[in-house]
Amino acid sequence: MDFATTLQILDSALRLTTPLLLACLAGLYSERAGIFDIGLEGKMLMAAFCAGAVAAMTGSAWLGLGAAIFGSILLAVLHGLASITFRGNQLISGVAINFLAAGLTVMLAQSWFGMGGNTPSLSRAGRFPELHLPFAGAMREIPVIGPFYAEVLSGHTALAYIALALVPITWWLLFRTRYGLRLRAVGENPEAVDTTGVSVTRLRYSAVIICGILCGIAGAQLATGISAGFHKDMTAGRGFIALAALIFAKWHPWRALGATFLFGLFQAIANRYPEVPVGDLFTIPSVAMDALPYVLTVVILAGFIGRAIPPRAGGEPYVKER
Amino acid sequence: MERMPRWADLILTPLLSLVIAFAISALVIWAVGFSPLEAVSIMISGALGSSSGWGYTLYYATNFIFTGLAVAVAYHAAMFNIGGEGQATIGGLGVALAVLFIPWPHWSLALLGAMAASAAFGAAWAFIPAILQAKRGSHIVITTIMFNMIAAALLTGVIEYLRPVGSMDPASARFPAETALPRLSHMFEAVGITWGRHTPVNISFLIAIGACVAVWALLWRSRLGYELRAFGKSESAARYAGISPVKMTVIAMLISGALAGMMAINNVMGQQGRLVLNHVEGAGFIGIAVALMGRNHPLGVFLAAVLFGFLYQGGQELALLTPIQPELIIVIQALVILFTGALDNMVRLPLERIFLSARRRRKAAGHGGAG
Repeated sequence: MDFATTLQILDSALRLTTPLLLACLAGLYSERAGIFDIGLEGKMLMAAFCAGAVAAMTGSAWLGLGAAIFGSILLAVLHGLASITFRGNQLISGVAINFLAAGLTVMLAQSWFGMGGNTPSLSRAGRFPELHLPFAGAMREIPVIGPFYAEVLSGHTALAYIALALVPITWWLLFRTRYGLRLRAVGENPEAVDTTGVSVTRLRYSAVIICGILCGIAGAQLATGISAGFHKDMTAGRGFIALAALIFAKWHPWRALGATFLFGLFQAIANRYPEVPVGDLFTIPSVAMDALPYVLTVVILAGFIGRAIPPRAGGEPYVKER
Repeated sequence: MERMPRWADLILTPLLSLVIAFAISALVIWAVGFSPLEAVSIMISGALGSSSGWGYTLYYATNFIFTGLAVAVAYHAAMFNIGGEGQATIGGLGVALAVLFIPWPHWSLALLGAMAASAAFGAAWAFIPAILQAKRGSHIVITTIMFNMIAAALLTGVIEYLRPVGSMDPASARFPAETALPRLSHMFEAVGITWGRHTPVNISFLIAIGACVAVWALLWRSRLGYELRAFGKSESAARYAGISPVKMTVIAMLISGALAGMMAINNVMGQQGRLVLNHVEGAGFIGIAVALMGRNHPLGVFLAAVLFGFLYQGGQELALLTPIQPELIIVIQALVILFTGALDNMVRLPLERIFLSARRRRKAAGHGGAG
C-alpha cells in the first residue's frame, strides 16, 4: 500500500467517523446522566429523513439541519418521557424508538415524495459543501504533513468539523464545569444530587435533549453531508456501532474519538478492499470487517481487555420518595 | 399495598395500551393521506376474510409465537433478550445444515433433526451473551444487540459456502423434496376439507402450540421453572435459597435462544425450502412486542402472536392494494412496544388511581350505611 492510498483510506475513514462520533457523543451525554440509550439509531435515522426531506423542499442544507435536530429532539423527549417521567424501562423505550423511526421515515417519505421510501437527490445547495482548510494548497509541498493536511484533514463538511470540535467541548463541559459534575453525579448517584437541592429530572432531561441535538447533527451529516439525500434505512446499524464505540471508549469523550475513528477505519478498509487474501487459499470476506466493531465490543464488555464499567445508576429510574 | 383487581392488571391495562397504539397508528395512516377505516377493512378482509388469509396469518403467527416465547422465558428470569433476531438467524443455519447434509428418509425424522439443530444453534448463539452476563457482568442487552449484528454478518459469510455452484443468489441449495413439511391445507385436504390452499402455514404451527404448553408447564409446573421465576423476582432471595444465579442465567438464555432458533423450522424449512439471507425479516424483534403484549404468559403470547400475524398479513395486503408502505407494521409494532412496555406506567397509574378512589368511595358509602 503506497502513501497516496493510505491517505485516501484515512480521508474516507475520517468521513465515515463523523456520524459515528456525533452519535457516540450523543449517547455519552445521555448515559453519563444515567439514561441508557439504545435508540441512537432511530434518532439518527429520523434526523437523516428530516434533513433530506426539508433540504429537498427548501434547497437549504441549514434548514435541513434545523429540521433534523427538531425531529431527533422529538424522539429524545419521548425517550425522556418514558424513562424519566413515567419511570419506564429505558431499554424497551429505545427499542420502540428505533422501530418508530424505521417505520415512520419510510411511510412519510413515500407519502411526500413517492420514491419508494427515499427522498429526492439533493442539488449542490441542499448539501453541506466540502470546506477547504486554509493553506491546504500551499502546505501540500511539505513532505508527509502537507499532503496529510490537504488530503485527510481538509475537504470535509462544516458538520464534520463541528463533530471534531465537540470532543474537547464535551470533555471541558463534563469534567471542568459545574453542570458536568452534576451530570456525571446524576448518573452515578442521583440521591446525592437530589439532596443538594438540584433537580434530577431537569438534569436528566437536559442530557437527553443534548443527546437529541447531537443525533440530529449526525443524521444531517449522513443525509446532507456524506450522501445526497435520505434513503430507506440509511443509518444501517451506525447507531449500534456508535453504542459499541461508546462502551469501547468507556464513556469518555477523547476515547470516543479514538474508538469511532477505529471503527470508521474498519469501514473504510472494508469499502476499499472487499476481500483481503490471506495466503493463496483463504480470503477474509468484507463481512468480517463489518462484524469486527461488534466483536471487539463484546470482548471489551467481557472484560478481557480492560473493563468497561457503565455509570452506576444507568438504566434505573429515579424515585424521589418511596 | 392496595392494588387494582387482577383482571384490570392483566387484561384492561394491556387492552387500553393497545387501543392507544392503534389510535396513533390510525393517525399515521390518516397523515399519509388514507382513510384509517378503509385501511382496517382491507386488513381484516385480507387477513381474516378468507381461509387463505387465515393461512398466512397463522403462518406469521407461528414465527411470532416462537420469538415471543423466547422473550417471555428470558423475562421471567429478569433478562431482556433482544437477541431473538440473531438467534433465529443462526437457528436457520442449523436447519439448513441438518437438512442439506443428512439424508433423511422421511420428513418427520427430518423435522425432528431440524428442530434439534435449530434449537441447538439458537441456544449456542444465546450462550455466549448468557455466560458473559453470568460470569463477567456484561449487560445482556448490549451483548445480544452485538450478537444480532454479528449473526447477520456471519450468515452473509457462511451462505457463500452453501451456495450451489453457478447460482448467483445468496442462498443455499434447495432442500430435498422428502424433507418438505406437510402444510395444514394438505392435512385438511386429507380429511376432505378445503382450507387455506397455497398458504405456507404448516405443521410447525402445531409445534408452536406445543411449545406454548411446554413453556407453561416448565415455568409454572416444574421445579426448574420455580427456580427461574424466583431468581427473576429476587436474585438475593434466590441465592439465599441455594439457587445458583450463574446456572439460572445460562439455563434461561439457553431455553430462550433455543425457542428463537426453532422459529426457523417454520420459515426456512416450512416455507422457503432453502436458506436465504435475512430470512428472519424482523420476526425476532416482533417477539418483543408479542411478549410485552401477552404479559409474558404463553397464552398471552399465543394470542398476541395471532394478533401480530393478522397485522403482518393485513399490512402486506394493504401494501399490495394501496400506496401505504408495508413499514406500517413496524410503526404499529413500535407503538405497541412503546405503550405496553416503556409507557406502561402512563396507562397504569391513572387506572390505579380510578380503581382506588372508586374503592374508597364504596368503603365510605358502606360505613355510612352501617353507621
